[in-house]
Amino acid sequence: MHLKYFLMKTLRALLTSLLLVVFVFFVLGITWDPAQSMLPDDATEEDMVEFRAMWGLDKPLIEQFWVYCKNFVHGDFGQSYKDGRDVFEIISQRLPKTVWLMGMSIIFSIIFGLPLGIYAALHRNSFGDRFVMGAAVFGFSMPNFFLGIMFILLFSMKLHWLPSAGSDTWLHLLMPMITIGLSRMGSYARYTRSAMLNVLSKQYCITAKAKGASRKRMVYLHALPNAAIPIVTVIGTSIGHMVGGGVVIENVFAWPGIGRLLVTSVAVRDLPVVQAIVIILGLSMVLANLLVDFTYGLLDPRIRVTAGDK
Amino acid sequence: MSDTADTREKLVEAKGLYKHYALKSDKLFAKKRYLKAVDGVSFDIYKGEFFGVVGESGCGKSTTAKLVLDMEHPTKGSVLFKGKEVGKLKPKEWRAIRLDMQMIFQDTLGALDPYMCVGKQIQEPLEIHNIGDPKKRKQMVLDILDAVSLKPIFYDRYPHELSGGQRQRIVLARALIVKPQLLVCDEPISALDVSIQAQVVNLFKRIHKELNLTFMFISHDLRIVKHVCNRIIVMYLGRVVEEAESDELFANTLHPYSQALISAVPSLTPDSQAKRIMLHGDPPNPIDLPKGCRFASRCPKCTPRCLEAEPELVDMGNNHKVACFLVTDK
Repeated sequence: MHLKYFLMKTLRALLTSLLLVVFVFFVLGITWDPAQSMLPDDATEEDMVEFRAMWGLDKPLIEQFWVYCKNFVHGDFGQSYKDGRDVFEIISQRLPKTVWLMGMSIIFSIIFGLPLGIYAALHRNSFGDRFVMGAAVFGFSMPNFFLGIMFILLFSMKLHWLPSAGSDTWLHLLMPMITIGLSRMGSYARYTRSAMLNVLSKQYCITAKAKGASRKRMVYLHALPNAAIPIVTVIGTSIGHMVGGGVVIENVFAWPGIGRLLVTSVAVRDLPVVQAIVIILGLSMVLANLLVDFTYGLLDPRIRVTAGDK
Repeated sequence: MSDTADTREKLVEAKGLYKHYALKSDKLFAKKRYLKAVDGVSFDIYKGEFFGVVGESGCGKSTTAKLVLDMEHPTKGSVLFKGKEVGKLKPKEWRAIRLDMQMIFQDTLGALDPYMCVGKQIQEPLEIHNIGDPKKRKQMVLDILDAVSLKPIFYDRYPHELSGGQRQRIVLARALIVKPQLLVCDEPISALDVSIQAQVVNLFKRIHKELNLTFMFISHDLRIVKHVCNRIIVMYLGRVVEEAESDELFANTLHPYSQALISAVPSLTPDSQAKRIMLHGDPPNPIDLPKGCRFASRCPKCTPRCLEAEPELVDMGNNHKVACFLVTDK
């Protein structure tokens, strides 16, 4: 029963990934002529032909795609037009940096956002609730590049506590992590609160209370599991945005991750790198959605059964 | 009042219960307005009794049940359970009396956690109060499933896999497993099909007899109330208008509202159907109650006096109490 559900979801994710690769390849391939953008303005027609022949760009797009797919399966994303380095190698240097920053900021926002949301739901309409929700709105309404610049002004320029650029130590991580984390925290707290409020008003929670269950028991055993679906969805979506979401912040804090690489590669029109990054961004979204679906299946007995019926 | 009533042990005593909900005002300095859900209700429930509460929707039946269970705190008045005021218990005592009073509701799907198999949910009260060890608990659950006529295979089922009647029996099993003394049922069968209603009602009756349980049974369905209850109170807009033994109430209905309610019960033998008393209009808004008797605006026998003062509940003998000037002033 379960297996069928998971299998279906995996197949669907694979199909989406394939569509993604096709789409990215053809859209970029049609709209972007690397020979024109890479070669200097005074390049002759022969230079262009030579350049295209060198990178296999003179062949029909379908054939290029076939070659690209074959290489892709072998983990070969081609070479950078700029310096001829292996794209896979460039990305594998940058990707861990981004995953590290984003992973830490998501963990940071879960650690603070979820308990704050639960607190707000349990103390509905109290001063604490109003304060937490006010802070949450502030957190996710504030553009994070602005917040980042403010942090740099205060903690780096004025107080000299934290470094403003780079990724070498824990101290470097702190500011970008909190900048990204604050806005996530706000949305996690709000989603958690509303999901919890919805469940807490259900009769089985009132019954649990009437039976003498402690508040802890009611929250952890009944309320949280039932409130988990919307919370998992929000967290899953932010994991999907993990790789792409840091573009702005990585540039503000000169964090050497994928986001910064994307900006510099677009600036120099380095097609293979841009192509690979866009595909990775898309794949991470697909993967995150797949994980969310799996979690649903594990959490909700109703989904487990309907999946078996289909 | 007869002597037998006094010697019976009182399990619940509701004394002058009021529950007013403050309403949100759209004006900043406007006078605060209140919704008077329960407005001066007193009654006793004796041990072993099948006590019925009837009235139309919005008359405060459910709020009264919540007050008895101490799930809501009264604005005024008090509830005594076995002689102790429930609102003033220490947390430890409060937790202890949770075992003695259990409840079941109308919406059985909402009353069960959709993410937990029903066996675990029946077992939960035992875990909360540390009764038995895991093995014994499971056995107790299987026993109680048998008592409500469900097979052991239901242990691992989830609520959505069960029918309404099965869920109601699960909810009943969850309430019964701690061997309570008082079972409060808030419209327990209104959501069920008529054929299932009969089954569940008979199950209630059987359990009442076998376990010597006290029931507080809330319903708007007079047929069922007549079938199961020993004693009944009729509520209208937050007040008790009539209180009597079940047979007495149906044989000798005094309050015009009760008369209208009872005349609305369809009879199975066409000839015996008495003339139906039709009530016109809606009950007044429980926020701005008019002066005088609350039923006056719909009462077919309303007199000028009914618009001036509010009648009190008066004992007419034979444990029959009524709040109506037409009856009490004779």
